[in-house]
Amino acid sequence: MKTTIIKPKKTLGLEDLKELWRYKELLYFFTWRDFKVRYKQTAVGISWAVFQPFMTMIVFSIFFGKFAKMPSDGIPYPIFVYTGLLFWQFFSTALSQTSSSLISNSNIITKVYFPRLILPISGVITKFVDFFIASIILAGMMVYYGYVPNMIGLLILPILLLITFMAATGGGLFLAAINVKYRDVRYILPYFIQIMLFLTPVIYPASMVGKYSWILAINPMTGVIKAARASLFGNAPINWELLGISFVTVSILFIIGIIFFKKTEAYFADIV
Amino acid sequence: MEPIITVKNISKKYTITHQQGGYVALRDVLANVAKKPFSFLKHKAKVAIGKEKKEEFWALKNINFTIEKGEAVGIIGANGAGKSTLLKILSKITPPTKGEIRFNGSMSSLLEVGTGFHPELTGRENIFLNGAILGMTKKEIARKFDDIVKFSGVGKFLDMQVKRYSSGMSVRLAFAVAAHMEPDILIVDEVLAVGDAEFQKKCLGKMDEVKRTGGRTILFVSHNLPAVQSLCKRCILMEAGEIKMIGETKDVIDKYLNNKASLSNIPLKDRKDRLGTGDVKITNIQFLDSQTREPLKTVSSGQNIVIEISYKSKKISENIKNPNFNLVFVSEQGTFISGVNSEMSSKRFKSIPSFGKVFCHIPRFPIMPGVYDIKLDLKMDGVIIDQIENAHTIKVEYGDFYETGVDNPYKRQGVFIKNTWELNASIT
Repeated sequence: MKTTIIKPKKTLGLEDLKELWRYKELLYFFTWRDFKVRYKQTAVGISWAVFQPFMTMIVFSIFFGKFAKMPSDGIPYPIFVYTGLLFWQFFSTALSQTSSSLISNSNIITKVYFPRLILPISGVITKFVDFFIASIILAGMMVYYGYVPNMIGLLILPILLLITFMAATGGGLFLAAINVKYRDVRYILPYFIQIMLFLTPVIYPASMVGKYSWILAINPMTGVIKAARASLFGNAPINWELLGISFVTVSILFIIGIIFFKKTEAYFADIV
Repeated sequence: MEPIITVKNISKKYTITHQQGGYVALRDVLANVAKKPFSFLKHKAKVAIGKEKKEEFWALKNINFTIEKGEAVGIIGANGAGKSTLLKILSKITPPTKGEIRFNGSMSSLLEVGTGFHPELTGRENIFLNGAILGMTKKEIARKFDDIVKFSGVGKFLDMQVKRYSSGMSVRLAFAVAAHMEPDILIVDEVLAVGDAEFQKKCLGKMDEVKRTGGRTILFVSHNLPAVQSLCKRCILMEAGEIKMIGETKDVIDKYLNNKASLSNIPLKDRKDRLGTGDVKITNIQFLDSQTREPLKTVSSGQNIVIEISYKSKKISENIKNPNFNLVFVSEQGTFISGVNSEMSSKRFKSIPSFGKVFCHIPRFPIMPGVYDIKLDLKMDGVIIDQIENAHTIKVEYGDFYETGVDNPYKRQGVFIKNTWELNASIT
């Protein structure tokens, strides 16, 4: 029989990873619950995952593309903005979902033990599935506009998703832990996300900012969205340097997020 | 043989913050710094060099015990004695401040049934979700699914959303899932407080069966002393964060009841087992006859009485603002019977002198015969200033509450409700 030892200080280590693996079924159930609950009592159900980015794309295309004549690096504006929106929505929804994951499950946290990391992770996975569903529209649009992605382009997509995942999870874990004590997070975050949308080349091309584009480069999502467009439409070479910087930044953010989360994890139940 | 659970020198400290809202806002912290930058710095500096300590509260102090495999052990004690904190540490929900616990095998806790139940999901879906949260694998749940449904008795409503269930149904379903866990060690806290009497019997039966057939170990925390007695051979008595006694259940329960009785013999002002900030102390409580103003040892149902509560503040020169005196009647089994407080039922006190007496008038005392414990507390703006469990014990004798001369057929503890009956003769 397995012997468990409960001590005051838990140390971060391999044991945590093993434990996470043991609880993989619970991860599955939490993700499954989020899906089931989200579209209960809705008429069109899961189609909402497609409608939201699709409608945003139409509105943006009309106002920014048609009326404001926003440049789009020679790509038709609807498909240009949709690519940006797809990654942006994955990032922003995953970030806000993760940061509220502990609080919205506080009734479970205070009663049952399981590795708390499961909650934010399942939040991100839910959004990940949304991303894939919404990607179907992108595929359709590519066929419509006659774009064929090159092989390298398709190969870097997983890397782009990984960067987005780490950015959202890293920031989200950090915010989730803070949110347990200071509920200010839930007021600040929507603003932050709104402003970030304009600091990310979603509705405009990065080239528009000219010599100030280095400011955008600090934002890891800039690299991701630029590379996504470059790989799908071949409108520009992939900026490997920028992507590299993004990768390093989010890796650091991700590690800091996990360490901070683990450090405060034990006390969530006391202060939530 | 090695014991299945070994608890060594477990202590748990909480830091008390006198914040009355549910959570701290960053804004308040910043505002405090901005308002009084110097006193903030001074305070921080003092804390840093250890001169001024944050207010600490030891919920558990040096807890030691061992439990053998297959034992069912009860844990009893007054509210706030640290029982639930101990269980929370055992079930890894919160870490201890000091000490170490070792246990062999798997452990599941029922700190409250229905944890993680989602109202939007159907009964079937919730069985799987709840099962997973409680630590069962998907396979395990699927295997026991039929048994769970049968035990819960909600079979017909399995595919209905749980939000449309009656509360009794969802509790039954929740317990059914929990009852089918097969951990080596099962921790149960207060589950028997819910559900109707028949269902409670079913639960006790199930726990007994679990204990006998599986050779599994049970830790059972409850105020329901008869249930503890029937289920557990050994019992732990906790008091103010410490273990007072470990031994045969019967002896421990006797000791507990004696303690309670002897506690109410100590004058209130000398009692040490209180919670709250202590700025104001309740120094005495007396039941008086409303006419003669004589102290009463026993009260009869239907008698007009006055409860006199004396208090004294530490700060003699300051008035007490927005006080709320709260008095709760608890049955001998620890069940809440009723409560009265100065805020709910009459004009609230705005500001009262730093010491004195308040009187609570209860016309036609509406409580059925029996012995009741009185829990007393004083809050100011929602913050607990003083709180004492079992502050007083009052014996209630038979009295003709309804003034009808008819004997009270309910030989149980409870309340009388004023009521009238009429007949509607024009049946259509």
